[in-house]
Amino acid sequence: MALAFSAESSRKIAEILPRYPNKQAALLQVLHVAQGQFGHVGADVQELVAETLELPPAHVWGVVTFYTMYHRESVGKNVLMVCTNISCMLRGAEDILGHVEKKLGVKPGETTADGMFTLVEEECLAACADAPMMICGDKYFMRLDTGKVDTALDELRKHPRSEH
Amino acid sequence: MPTTRDTKIITKHFGIKDSHTYAVYKADGGYGAFTKALAMQPAAITEEVKKSLLRGRGGAGFATGLKWTFLPKDAPGPGKPVYLVVNCDESEPGTCKDRELITHDPHMLIEGIAIASYALGAAQSYIYIRGEMIAEAKILSAAVAEAYAQGILGKAHATAGRGEWKLDLAVHRGAGAYICGEETALLNSLEGKRGWPRLKPPFPAVKGLFGQPTIVNNVETLMNVPTIVDKGGEWFAGLGMGKSGGTRIVCLSGHVKNTGVYELPIGITFRELIEEVGGGVTGGKLKGLIPGGSSMPPLDPAEIDVPIEFDALMNDPRIKEVEVKPGIKFDMGGGRGLRTMAGSGGVVVFNDQTDVVKLCARIMRFYHNESCGQCTPCREGTGWLDRICARLARGQGRPGDVDLLAEIAHGIAGNTICPLGEAAAWPMLGFLTKFRPDFEQREREGKPVALGAPKSLRTLPIIGQSPLSPRGTTP
Ligand SMILES: Cc1cc2nc3c(=O)[nH]c(=O)nc-3n(C[C@H](O)[C@H](O)[C@H](O)COP(=O)(O)O)c2cc1C
Ligand code: SF4
Ligand code: FES
Repeated sequence: MALAFSAESSRKIAEILPRYPNKQAALLQVLHVAQGQFGHVGADVQELVAETLELPPAHVWGVVTFYTMYHRESVGKNVLMVCTNISCMLRGAEDILGHVEKKLGVKPGETTADGMFTLVEEECLAACADAPMMICGDKYFMRLDTGKVDTALDELRKHPRSEH
Repeated sequence: MPTTRDTKIITKHFGIKDSHTYAVYKADGGYGAFTKALAMQPAAITEEVKKSLLRGRGGAGFATGLKWTFLPKDAPGPGKPVYLVVNCDESEPGTCKDRELITHDPHMLIEGIAIASYALGAAQSYIYIRGEMIAEAKILSAAVAEAYAQGILGKAHATAGRGEWKLDLAVHRGAGAYICGEETALLNSLEGKRGWPRLKPPFPAVKGLFGQPTIVNNVETLMNVPTIVDKGGEWFAGLGMGKSGGTRIVCLSGHVKNTGVYELPIGITFRELIEEVGGGVTGGKLKGLIPGGSSMPPLDPAEIDVPIEFDALMNDPRIKEVEVKPGIKFDMGGGRGLRTMAGSGGVVVFNDQTDVVKLCARIMRFYHNESCGQCTPCREGTGWLDRICARLARGQGRPGDVDLLAEIAHGIAGNTICPLGEAAAWPMLGFLTKFRPDFEQREREGKPVALGAPKSLRTLPIIGQSPLSPRGTTP
């Protein structure tokens, strides 16, 4: 079955294209739109994007595999990124990640059985002065301790932040 | 006018309710400098920026006004558009200022972009914002939409030097790749490609985005431009120190009481920063600090009376030069030594309970993960640094590992397409120079010198990228 962009996605793409002198330059943005609609950008979605932008599928593949935010397989409703880089590490990020792993029962790179969370160990997320921290979609959780992690996970279970 | 800690230029709206909106920005005189600029000749604006001694806040500290003059004389011209590209990819560990700046005051950035675009002759500019900054991209896009609605963007203005001139501005989201902060990788990413750095020359000012003359500037750099136009270059230069004008945003993190993002006089020393602004070191005594993002060689407690200023950090003899081996200094070329650099303004403080081997290993793992894989010394070298540092940190080091680390780092520096290779090699050599006994003891005894670090170093791959197959190479 051939995939198609929804009316909403098509409207967004139509808004994006005029910002650039050629279609290829819109690729990253269109991939974000595609991931927003389909949840991830597997081979079939990549083909749709390639067709839409008149690009060779191999080029789209090369780009998708280069950037870490494009998921080629389905991910949880929440993609939870825990920073373990230096400023966070100095402030206990390993304990935070360990606590999240224990609470969710998954390791980084894995998705919980209920499909609610995909856990990602992230590099510095530019909130070093509020370490340790994690991010989910557009929501920051900062100056964490285990109690704050528990509250955050409960909140995300109730209101997933699915943008990624 | 002497600068005090109360002198605020680009954080002056922090803490004001709805500071991210057009209404609040405008009410405080916002976009007045833009109106003033349009009545000036473009070259006169560049001249003020030169006089202001504004230097790039993205890491290299290059003189902004001088960079603007590198555009070819015939640009912009028929068939030769000029682009201004704003670097908001902020991902250097320890750096968290641009994110705060656009959250609190996106219109100051837009005004800076508008003035710079007019000065440069750009009719289209792009803000490249890091992909993970979803919330910030929304704030920025909303502010851009407001600026369009107010006729600042997308509408022709009568100008003194470019006739009827109009600017379009687009927000372009990245998608997760530290290397896209490097300006030529960023341009490739904007063109819809993998973020692979390009060989220089040609420099972006000559052949940049879509093959056209392009200026790339950091967010903080451009946010200073409205004030420079408003108050004059000389006034701005007077705030600073030596050949560095204005104030500096410092991101203070790690083991201090008051971590935060602060706008400070450029001449403030690290000691004043830690003690007076940061409220002192927590959890122990000071062991050292990283002065400007994780790629900069660290300082030890004997070196913290140096001001946080670009030239001081490179030249002040109170900072020991980085060595390849004890007694043999690292040569940056032409016999020039490396002390450290002000970099991105990310100051990371660590106390004497810190396992510096592990800290260094985490930095190496980062650069290994983020190497784009194009050149062998960086792709392989960062991998070796990562693995050897990690095994030392885990207490499984082998005899000769410390010397090996220095040798590998030395072999990377100067032999790569882009500076990411140095971004790993410099801190590696820097850590060895400043904290060699910690590394040697770990090699010998396998145990951490300090407390609080016996846990194994995590070596799990990050989703979509394995430390063993760097980004961009076939798995
Ligand atoms: C590996 C690497 C990463 C970089 N990341 C950033 C970044 O995130 N933000 C930034 O403004 N500059 C970054 N830079 C510096 C840019 O290449 C460029 O010098 C800068 O954006 C120029 O702006 P400025 O002159 O205003 O500082 C990076 C450089 C390298 C080598
Ligand atoms: S130095 Fe590293 S990051 Fe830069 S181009 Fe070479 S491999 Fe890529
Ligand atoms: S190190 Fe964690 S946000 Fe920067």
